[in-house]
Amino acid sequence: MGRILVIAEHDGSELNPSTARCLSCAGDFSGLDCDIAVLAKDGQRVCEQAAALHGVSTVIRIDHDANEHALAAVQAPQIAKLAEDYSHVLGPSTTFGKDLMPRVAALLSVAQVSDIMSVISPHSFQRPIFAGNAIVTVETRAKDKVVATVRTASYQAAAGGGNATIESRVLDVELPTHTRYCGTSGSGDGGRPDLQSASIVISGGRGVGSEKNFALIYQLADRLGAAVGASRAAVDAGYIANDHQVGQTGKIISPDLYIAIGISGAIQHITGIKDAGTIVAINKDADAPIFEIADIGLVGDLFTIIPEFEKLL
Amino acid sequence: MDRILVCLKRAVDYNVRIRVKTDGSGVITDGVKMSVNPFDEIALEEALRIREKGETGEVVVVSIGPDACQQQLRVGLAMGADRAIHVRTDRALEPLDIARILVRIAEAEKPGLIMLGKQAIDGDNNQTGQMLAALWERPQATFVSELTISGTTATAVREVDAGLETIEFDLPAVVTSDLRLNEPRYVKMPDIMKAKRKPLATTELEELGITPQTRVTVLQTAAPPARQKGKMVADAAELVAELKRMDLA
Repeated sequence: MGRILVIAEHDGSELNPSTARCLSCAGDFSGLDCDIAVLAKDGQRVCEQAAALHGVSTVIRIDHDANEHALAAVQAPQIAKLAEDYSHVLGPSTTFGKDLMPRVAALLSVAQVSDIMSVISPHSFQRPIFAGNAIVTVETRAKDKVVATVRTASYQAAAGGGNATIESRVLDVELPTHTRYCGTSGSGDGGRPDLQSASIVISGGRGVGSEKNFALIYQLADRLGAAVGASRAAVDAGYIANDHQVGQTGKIISPDLYIAIGISGAIQHITGIKDAGTIVAINKDADAPIFEIADIGLVGDLFTIIPEFEKLL
Repeated sequence: MDRILVCLKRAVDYNVRIRVKTDGSGVITDGVKMSVNPFDEIALEEALRIREKGETGEVVVVSIGPDACQQQLRVGLAMGADRAIHVRTDRALEPLDIARILVRIAEAEKPGLIMLGKQAIDGDNNQTGQMLAALWERPQATFVSELTISGTTATAVREVDAGLETIEFDLPAVVTSDLRLNEPRYVKMPDIMKAKRKPLATTELEELGITPQTRVTVLQTAAPPARQKGKMVADAAELVAELKRMDLA
């Protein structure tokens, strides 16, 4: 029998919603117990949040000064050590997990399965390749530990109401000092919902035209209680910060409602939204590829349509 | 630093429309245009700029794969790399074995930096750089959009979900590039001619003493479920009505 270890993503005080989605994936490995590892400087608060998730057996608390910020080179040897007791180690397919998990896999001399979108058996999974243009079913060797990242857009967050035990552990592992964290600048985004877990997302593209015009997108988003996203073109043009980018190289999301405004719909963008419940596209170009996948399309000038739309809500 | 090693993967060109074989055995690659993985091209551009600033002696490009990989190495040489290393194998390799091979090359070449794309646009694994850093026991800076070298250390700005993260690390190190790191230069005709005379060394995989393994087997390749084209509405009022009907507004 195996046992699953999920690596918690957090910012020191809040558990990232990606962890609850990983836990749902872990729940698809029928019969395997699942623990969560929290590596932090002081993990009390994050451990309590992890312990409250449904389906967790034990939360393993690893407090260490070196764990104040998530550095892959520092976390990987600790997780490789913890992995001795597990058959499966899962992390989210966010920039946190993508950075960390391959380093863990290499230390364990095993392959990594990237972006699990469904679990066929404890050693067989489906994952996307070629920007989601093909889906492969892969199988790992039964004798190997499975190290994998979970495509969080493919899973709902696990429910709360759990009451797992929290167990503190001290690991005897040498930690490197060759990598140092200097800081993070994010848009913070004025208390708006988190792009990766919001139920409604409004995104703007090159058609929005300027940083100033993005105010229209923000205004509509606030009206709908939505998170704000953007296409790569809008980020490249400097209209909005990189943490808003939706798509193959940005965030892959699955909101209930996605409204794409002034976005033509390059394949790399579509990859990031195809799990959305309903896709609405507003674009002045009737031939824009976004209309091929949109559930509701509206051809016209966004600068006329958005104010009207807002008024009608 | 004496040199930067840049890894170039031969991958299906990003403009090719991918089609899955009807028998589920893979994607169609026969007769399809192949190019340098775009993220690797960005890594090479950055290495060249570092050399142009006088911060490294030479830029060496490496590719692992069949003879055809030499086309991509020649592109790298035409862009400005000084020499190329080709590790020849006809076997499709997994990221962990690629990383093991690169460590072997790093031990021989002693680069101050190994640069590569954050992922290849075919397998989308996003693993090789991190695995290489782990096995080489050196720092990694992934998803980098800004890189500054200062003597024996470097500073990188990383594109992360929360925004832009800055880390400082000791060299040698592994850096993987994100899209906004730079815009690669166009290759000019005279450079292509010049590239033909630059050194390209070929090593057989077996000579490196690494036996690749199959740890992950692909059982089936399928086309993704397609989203259906929905309905078009005429104006904002119809849009709102439709959203209300669907209980979304």
